[in-house]
Amino acid sequence: MSEPEPSTEARRIAAQARNRVRFEEEALELADQVYRVARRLVGSREEAEDLVQEAYARAFRSWRSFTPGTNMRAWLFRILTNLNVDRGRRIQRTPDMQPLEESDYYLANKLASAAGEEVLEQEHVVERLSQDSVVSALSEIQPQFRDVVVLVDIGDFTYADAAQILDIPIGTVMSRLHRGRRALKQKLAEETMA
Amino acid sequence: MSDKDPCDRCEELMQDFLDRTLTDLEWKEAEVHLTGCEYCARRYRFEETLRRYVKLSSVERMPPSLMAKLEELRGRDATAY
Repeated sequence: MSEPEPSTEARRIAAQARNRVRFEEEALELADQVYRVARRLVGSREEAEDLVQEAYARAFRSWRSFTPGTNMRAWLFRILTNLNVDRGRRIQRTPDMQPLEESDYYLANKLASAAGEEVLEQEHVVERLSQDSVVSALSEIQPQFRDVVVLVDIGDFTYADAAQILDIPIGTVMSRLHRGRRALKQKLAEETMA
Repeated sequence: MSDKDPCDRCEELMQDFLDRTLTDLEWKEAEVHLTGCEYCARRYRFEETLRRYVKLSSVERMPPSLMAKLEELRGRDATAY
């Protein structure tokens, strides 16, 4: 005797369970990227780990609000950045970014002049930058600029994705990115010269 | 090129050039200038290298223990189907 056909409701529940598992797997595949960005958004490894856990807990809870086929990466990062803002985890520092009077050649010139070089060779510049100096310089940029630099330059998001994640216009992404990159160079120059 | 100094104009286009968001016309404009201007070509190379370096410096693998914790979060709230 054959087994009875599963009810419509049972089939619906089974389909939903499969969708959920697929969603979770897809989200976890992005965990490395999420962590990498979180690590640069907050001050310490522990905070980054907490932030990632909270983001995934929230994402898994609200998985139904994700529309399959849309950009899960952007969806996850929006949760992450919102949580970061909500929880006040941003590194609070005295705003000390000054507009650069000099050109974007600031860092290059400063590094080159310190070494007494007439001609700048890019390889020499990057050799003088340590990973710590980049991490430290990033952490000292004002959060609103850092968020955009981290998403675009480290997270590889397009301007449009970053705009969606941060809920700001694309024009604002571009101007913050520009200022953020300049501030980063300024900080790197200061760090490297210190 | 516009009536601006070609190097100023090139500087203006640089971020978008590196982000690959220039229009075809602007892209050509920048390329033509970069072919003949060693100063700007060096500027672009520097910026590109710096960007690559920042990215490489920020690569940090997620601790395996964190992945295990994330796995544990799966399936929570299952009663809400």
